[in-house]
Amino acid sequence: MSELTREETEALIQDVLEVYPEKARKDRAKHLAVNDQSVEQSKKCITSNRKSLPGVMTVRGCAYAGSKGVVWGPIKDMIHVSHGPIGCGQYSRAGRRNYYVGTTGVDTFGTMNFTSDFQEKDIVFGGDKKLAKLIGEIETLFPLHKGISVQSECPIGLIGDDIEAVSKKAAKEMDKPIVPVRCEGFRGVSQSLGHHIANDSIRDWVLDKRDGQAFEATPYDVSIIGDYNIGGDAWASRILIEEMGLRVVSQWAGDGTLAEIEKTPKVKLNLLHCYRSMNYISRHMEEKYGIPWLEYNFFGPTKIAESLRAIAAHFDDHIKEGAERVIAKYQPMMEAVIAKYKPRLQGKTVMLYVGGLRPRHVIGAYEDLGMQVIGTGYEFGHNDDYDRTIKEMGNATLLYDDATGFELEEFIKRMKPDLVGSGIKEKYVFQKMGIPLRQMHSWDYSGPYHGYDGFAIFARDMDMAISNPCWSKQTPPWKKQPASGDASVPGEAGELKKVA
Amino acid sequence: MANIMVRKTAVGTYSFYLPKRDLEDAIVSMEYDSADKWGGEIRLNNGGAYYIEPQALPARFPISLRARRLDAAE
Repeated sequence: MSELTREETEALIQDVLEVYPEKARKDRAKHLAVNDQSVEQSKKCITSNRKSLPGVMTVRGCAYAGSKGVVWGPIKDMIHVSHGPIGCGQYSRAGRRNYYVGTTGVDTFGTMNFTSDFQEKDIVFGGDKKLAKLIGEIETLFPLHKGISVQSECPIGLIGDDIEAVSKKAAKEMDKPIVPVRCEGFRGVSQSLGHHIANDSIRDWVLDKRDGQAFEATPYDVSIIGDYNIGGDAWASRILIEEMGLRVVSQWAGDGTLAEIEKTPKVKLNLLHCYRSMNYISRHMEEKYGIPWLEYNFFGPTKIAESLRAIAAHFDDHIKEGAERVIAKYQPMMEAVIAKYKPRLQGKTVMLYVGGLRPRHVIGAYEDLGMQVIGTGYEFGHNDDYDRTIKEMGNATLLYDDATGFELEEFIKRMKPDLVGSGIKEKYVFQKMGIPLRQMHSWDYSGPYHGYDGFAIFARDMDMAISNPCWSKQTPPWKKQPASGDASVPGEAGELKKVA
Repeated sequence: MANIMVRKTAVGTYSFYLPKRDLEDAIVSMEYDSADKWGGEIRLNNGGAYYIEPQALPARFPISLRARRLDAAE
């Protein structure tokens, strides 16, 4: 669809808000905006990180999801106990595709589900004894684990169990770290507070464990922070950073280990990919250990080159040459990828609705392919995320914060993008409308998308989705004409009558 | 009183961070900014104002401080 003007986009927002009752409309209006690059402060145009309205469909997660699913979960040689009823652990098990190397169940535990499986009696009499017993069982069954984290689910906070006391006592007996994390789902408005709580628990229980210990440092030590190795992302990033001459001491948290995390305070520079989930710990390390941190973006050759140079600027000429060498080395490969896919994708439009860093980070990658991002939004972003997004997005494009199911559907029906980048909850809704969707949370079971190697896969996947001939043959169910005289085919009217 | 963090940006200006509310913003003015007296009333880009007890210039940034809220923007 051709570009909308500012007035048209504003009118579109008003149209969509029309259906809400007045109070809800007033609230939601603050979360929808037309991008204006001249605005320096996102809060002047968009409100974020507020409680979702009751009654609308949000796709947000909870604090437990932010802590267990995002920050702690990928640390592979620790056992993360979902402390509480069984569902939270089971439905968040291995869904995020944080790849890792190791023998699952022996020395790594990434895709396993450990839970205390709360029953009624645990709620009534407390679950501390069960937790102590469970920790003992883990030690017997999985002696090679390096530590345990106790991820609280809602009931733990509600009944007031003292998981800290249990953890301290067991840690002393076992001589391994046991980290109690107070990430009960009801805390905060979204998974974002879970990230913060998890960062704070790493700060309080893990990070200072090797302070004062000997470490063979080099001047080129860095850590990769906020890369969860989805489909191998962290590996695709790591090889570039190592190729330019830096030494990666730790990976947070994709394919990361407890030892790596404990050694992070020894590095010279923290490279921060997912700002939203790990800026807290970076700020802490900056203050306590004097380690500067740098946000970088490894999506698409333009942004990668920019980022590699920005990283190199923190080091000496040896690294700066290394960065140029890496950029030059991959240049022909990138040109070939762009030459192949750009003609097929040129001028296509994309709308994004994801979490974390992607609503702004992937814009550059789409632009490298000649595509245009006409709308973007965060599920749980804060003001500082939107501050950074406004500069990346074109003028008069649409911004939506914590979009409801209805809003997103309406925007996409009206703006008719050629591709939607969102998650599994949106995928089939839009594909049934005849609009291709790529999951930008899990890379649609593909990946990696980070780094130069990732961009080749990214370009192929986007082309595969958009150029698939099936979309034009798709008729949404509500546009289907009922066959005349055939009562067995439920048409739109028939269906409604039955419900009424 | 709130715990805040003041850091120096790459271009040498001060940046304000309030962890409790995940609020990051630029400091547009600071009452005292010299080696022996630093702090006082600070104004943020978003219109908020905080008061830091005047003190000697901190040896290094970022630094966590206690600050009193004079006027929050929101």
